[in-house]
Amino acid sequence: MTPPPAGRSAVLETVDLAGQRGERALFEHLALALEPGTVTWLRGRNGRGKTSLLRVLAGLATPMAGEVLVHGQPQRRADPSWRTDLVYIGHQNALKDDLNSSEALAFLMQLGSVKPEPAQIDAALERLGVLHCRRALVRTLSQGQRRRVALARLALSLDKPLWLLDEPFDALDVDGIHALNALLAEHAARGGATLLTSHQALSLAEPVPRIFDLDRHGHA
Amino acid sequence: MTELFVAVLVRDLRLASRRRIDALLPLVFFIVALSLFPLGVGPEAQTLRQIAPGIVWVCALLASMLSVNQLFAGDLADGSLEQMLLAPQPAVALAAAKSVVHWLLTGLPLILVTPLVGVLFDLSAPALGALVFGLVLGTPVLSLLGALGAALTLGLRSGGMLLILIVLPLATPALIFGAGAVGTVEAGLSASGHFSLLGALLIATAIGAPWATAAALRISTE
Repeated sequence: MTPPPAGRSAVLETVDLAGQRGERALFEHLALALEPGTVTWLRGRNGRGKTSLLRVLAGLATPMAGEVLVHGQPQRRADPSWRTDLVYIGHQNALKDDLNSSEALAFLMQLGSVKPEPAQIDAALERLGVLHCRRALVRTLSQGQRRRVALARLALSLDKPLWLLDEPFDALDVDGIHALNALLAEHAARGGATLLTSHQALSLAEPVPRIFDLDRHGHA
Repeated sequence: MTELFVAVLVRDLRLASRRRIDALLPLVFFIVALSLFPLGVGPEAQTLRQIAPGIVWVCALLASMLSVNQLFAGDLADGSLEQMLLAPQPAVALAAAKSVVHWLLTGLPLILVTPLVGVLFDLSAPALGALVFGLVLGTPVLSLLGALGAALTLGLRSGGMLLILIVLPLATPALIFGAGAVGTVEAGLSASGHFSLLGALLIATAIGAPWATAAALRISTE
């Protein structure tokens, strides 16, 4: 993936999007565009629908109204193979307790039609500072180590244009935050677009994160 | 599509190999439940021969249901299910892989130990053959229907009870034809009609259930 030319169209955008949880409307008339080479910080008070919005954008939930466009094509009608371009990391780490870190990471990559070599897995784990845990069962890891193993997917997915990350900084220490910031910066430099939620202030210097505040946009 | 199928199949078999006690539970239940019947009913060989097919099928059905409610629950709880549904391949591959894993870990072991049941219940060789062949055709149906029930009740409170209420009526035809085939053979008749019906049931379930399971998974995780 090469850095994007100026004026390149959005990787993902929403048109008049509305979402709900149960019977309660969370947001409506939402217009959001994720452009190549950017990091967007999705903000909002607790319960405003940040996770719900990420799930809608990933195609895990159906919007109440409106559309999500991926590379200009409606997500629902687009070829499901568009998900090869997507990395979604939710609140949960999606790691099985009885697999070791390498196996758990390899499985998650296989789901995205990527079969990394063991050396690539090791390199990804090293980048997040958990190489020493590669043979350890997930059940034996701390919360922070589990989060790092889950985030090691990003090091293997730098060529995927769209990252949707739900509270990726949760449970990370300072070193972990630095490692994740470096990945976000490299992804953006390669032309990727990231949308992430975080309850703590971002320390990412380059690119400067754009802010999309759900309290101000698309208030239902 | 095969990538997702193989990835889920290999991972789940690996997980089962590391949780052997859990994986063996349906088989242990099957053997223990079957071995209690001769003790309860009595050692009369004719009686045991008569009740054996029905008992084996009922125990197989209940053993299958023991593990089926955990088919997707663990993956839902730790976020793996979301990741599998986000795979660029259709979710039907996930549903098919889960059904195959369930059959390999539950149905196949039951089939392999069923010859021992012949000794326990004094079954003749032809009757035992019909019982085993019926299970070969019928237990995949139980796994496919079980996966559908598990997907429909995923995340619901009292989902286990609902699962039983959904799956047991759907599985009844397999039980009737499977047990009926043994009775027919013991009466000296051909059981080909029963096997044809079981085969048709398997084909229809194999075609329809994974698609329905995939749709149910999407609805359950919305």
